[in-house]
Amino acid sequence: MTKIEQKKSKKGTWIALCCIAALYVLLFLIDNVFPSTSFIVMLTPVLKKGAIYSLLCVSMNLLNGFTGLFSLGQAGFMLIGAYTYAIFTIPVAEHMSVYQYFDGGAIQFSIPEAIGSILGPTGGAFFGSIIAIILAGCVAAVFAALIGIPVLRLKSDYLAIATLGFVEIIRAVFQWNSLGVITNGSNQLRKYTAFSDMKLTIGGATLKFGTIFPFLIVMLCIIVIVLLINSSYGRAFKAIRDDEVAAEAMGISLFKHKMLSFVISCFFAGVGGALLAMFQTTIKAQSFTSAMTYEILLMVVIGGIGSVSGSCIAAFLYIACSEWWLRFLDSGKFLGLSVPFFRDGFRKVVFSVVIMIIVLFFSRGIMGDRELSFSGIAGGVKKLSGRLKKKDIEEKEDTGNE
Amino acid sequence: MSENKAASEVKNVLHVENVTMQFGGVVAVNNLSLDIPQNRIIALIGPNGAGKTTAFNCITGVYQPTNGLVEFMGKPMVRSHPTGKMKKQYKGENAEMYVGNGIINPTPDKITRLGIARTFQNIRLWKSMTVFDNVLVAKHMRAKQNVFSATFRGNAKEERRMRDETMSLLEEQGLDKVKDDLATSLPYGLQRRLEIARALATDPKLLLLDEPAAGMNPQETQELAEFIKEIREKYKLTVFLIEHHMDLVMRISDYIYVIDFGSEIARGVPMEIQNNQRVIDAYLGVAEDE
Repeated sequence: MTKIEQKKSKKGTWIALCCIAALYVLLFLIDNVFPSTSFIVMLTPVLKKGAIYSLLCVSMNLLNGFTGLFSLGQAGFMLIGAYTYAIFTIPVAEHMSVYQYFDGGAIQFSIPEAIGSILGPTGGAFFGSIIAIILAGCVAAVFAALIGIPVLRLKSDYLAIATLGFVEIIRAVFQWNSLGVITNGSNQLRKYTAFSDMKLTIGGATLKFGTIFPFLIVMLCIIVIVLLINSSYGRAFKAIRDDEVAAEAMGISLFKHKMLSFVISCFFAGVGGALLAMFQTTIKAQSFTSAMTYEILLMVVIGGIGSVSGSCIAAFLYIACSEWWLRFLDSGKFLGLSVPFFRDGFRKVVFSVVIMIIVLFFSRGIMGDRELSFSGIAGGVKKLSGRLKKKDIEEKEDTGNE
Repeated sequence: MSENKAASEVKNVLHVENVTMQFGGVVAVNNLSLDIPQNRIIALIGPNGAGKTTAFNCITGVYQPTNGLVEFMGKPMVRSHPTGKMKKQYKGENAEMYVGNGIINPTPDKITRLGIARTFQNIRLWKSMTVFDNVLVAKHMRAKQNVFSATFRGNAKEERRMRDETMSLLEEQGLDKVKDDLATSLPYGLQRRLEIARALATDPKLLLLDEPAAGMNPQETQELAEFIKEIREKYKLTVFLIEHHMDLVMRISDYIYVIDFGSEIARGVPMEIQNNQRVIDAYLGVAEDE
C-alpha cells in the first residue's frame, strides 16, 4: 500500500513539474513570440497582477487562515515594501527629476546600478531588483516585529482594529513632508526598475522576461510558505488557530508563534508590495488604502480560509473578472447593442452580486480548507466520467483494483 | 514548618503553599496547601463549584493566583502576593507572607516545558487536525529546531524522530488504528484517551487530569482507572486528578484532598475520607434539625 502511495506521489510530483515547466514556456512565448493582439494585451497584465495578488493572498492566509489572527494590516506592509523597493532602485541620474521638490532626495544610491557596475545592466536589473525585493520584505518584517509586540496581545476583532489603524498611520507618515527627502512626500515615486526592464539582449535579439519574473518570485515565495505550513511550526500555528488554551497547555508559546507568523506573513506582504510597485511602474502612498486590504481579504475568503491553492485560484479569478472579463459591462454596448444599464460602474454592481452569490452558496470558499492536488483532480474527472458512462468505468475499476 | 519542608523537598514533585485565588470579591480558592509526592496518584475532590479547576488553573499558569507559592521539583514555579487594588480587597490569609520575594508568574507553556502536562474538563482537542497531528503538535515543544531548519527541511532526522515517537505513543495507547481520523470524529472515551496521549507526548513528570471520567459509563470508568495506573508505571509519572466519580477516586488514589467553597475540609487516605463526616456533609448536605 505504501509503495503504491509513494509511486502515486512520485507520479504526482512529475505531473506537477511538467505543468509548471509548460506554464513557464507559455509565459515565455507570451512575452516574446505571440503577436500583441488585444487578447494578449489584456491577458499579460491580468497574469502579472494575478500572480502578485496570489502571493498577497497566501501571505494573508498564513496569518488569518492558518494562525487564526485576524489582521487587516496587509496594505500597510505592502506600502512599506513598495516604497523600500522603489527608493533603492531609482537610478541615481533620475533622482533630481523624481525628487524634484526635495533637492534630489537623501539617498543617492541605487542597488541595480551598484550591481550593474559588476554584472552589466541586465544582471544589475535582475539581481539588483531581487536584492531590493528581499530588502523590501525585510523592512516590512522589521516593522511587523515592532508593531507586533503591543498588538499581538489583542484578540480577534481588537487585533483587526489595531492593525487597521496602523495602515492609516503608515500611509499618513509616508506622505509627511518632513520625510520627503526619503519618501518624496505625497508625490509619486517613479522610474525605478520595473518588469519591463527584465530583458536580455543576445546578439541583437531581445528576450523579455516581464511576465516570467513575477511568476518566478511568487512561486518561490509560495513554496516557502507551503513548506512552512507543513512543517512543525505550521502545525503549531494551526493548533493556535484551533484552540489557543490547549496549544499553550501543550507548551506552544503563544506570543512567540504569533509573532513568528505575523513577521513572516508581513515579510511576504512586503515582497508582494515590491512586486506591485514593479507592476504599476509608479507608486503613491495614497493608493495603499484599507480598501486594498479588504480586496485581498475578499479573495482569501472566496478562495477558502486555510487553503493556499484556493487563495491562488481566487486571486487570478478576481483579478481576471475585475480587470478583464467584466469590462464589457462598462462599455455601454453588448454584442453590438447599446444597453442603457451598461455604463461606468455597472461592472462593480455585477461584481458585488457575483461575490454575494459565492459567499451565499460557497460559504467556506471555493476550496474550503482543502488543497488542490493532481490526484484530487484525477479523482474528480474519474467521478464525472463515471457518471457519464457507468458501465465502462465499473469494468475498468474492477481490473484496476486487481 | 521549614524543617518539614526540607525533608519533603526531595520526594515532593509539587508543593502548593497557601494558594488563594480571589476574583473581585469572590474567593474561589482559599489558602490551599497540598503536597504531591513522586509516583503517587493524588486526587482533589469536592462538590460542584468548590474551586477544583481554579486550583488547577493556578498551578498550570492559566491564572495568576492572588497569593501563595507553588514549587515544582523543589524550585519555586509560581509565587504571588496581592498587588494594586487587590491589596485592599484581599480577604484571604497570609497576605504579607510572600511580599518580599517578588512575583513569579510564568505562562502555561513555560510550566508545560518544566514538565507538567494537563488535560481539560471539557475536551480541548484541535478540531481540524487528525489524531496523529494532535499528538505530533505536542512534540513541537521539545523538538530541537528553529523556524528555518524546520521550513527548509534541514533537520529531517528530528522530524522523523517526532513522527516515530508519536506513532509508538499512539500504538501504546491503542489509538494507531484511528490515527488518520479527525480528532473530533472519535467516540468520547477515545477523545479522553487521546487528550491524555497528547499530554504524555510533552514528556511530563507530573500529569494533571481534570475530571478524566466525566461523561463515562461505569465500564469506561473502570478501564480508565486501569489505564491511569498503567501509564503511571510505564512513564514513571506522578498523577494529580480532579474527579467526581467517587468509586474511581477511591479505587486509584493514594491520598485525597477534599475542598469545599475553596477551602480544604479534609485530607487523608481513601478510607479516612470515606468515613469523614465533614466530607459526607459537604456532598450530601447537612441534615437540618427538626
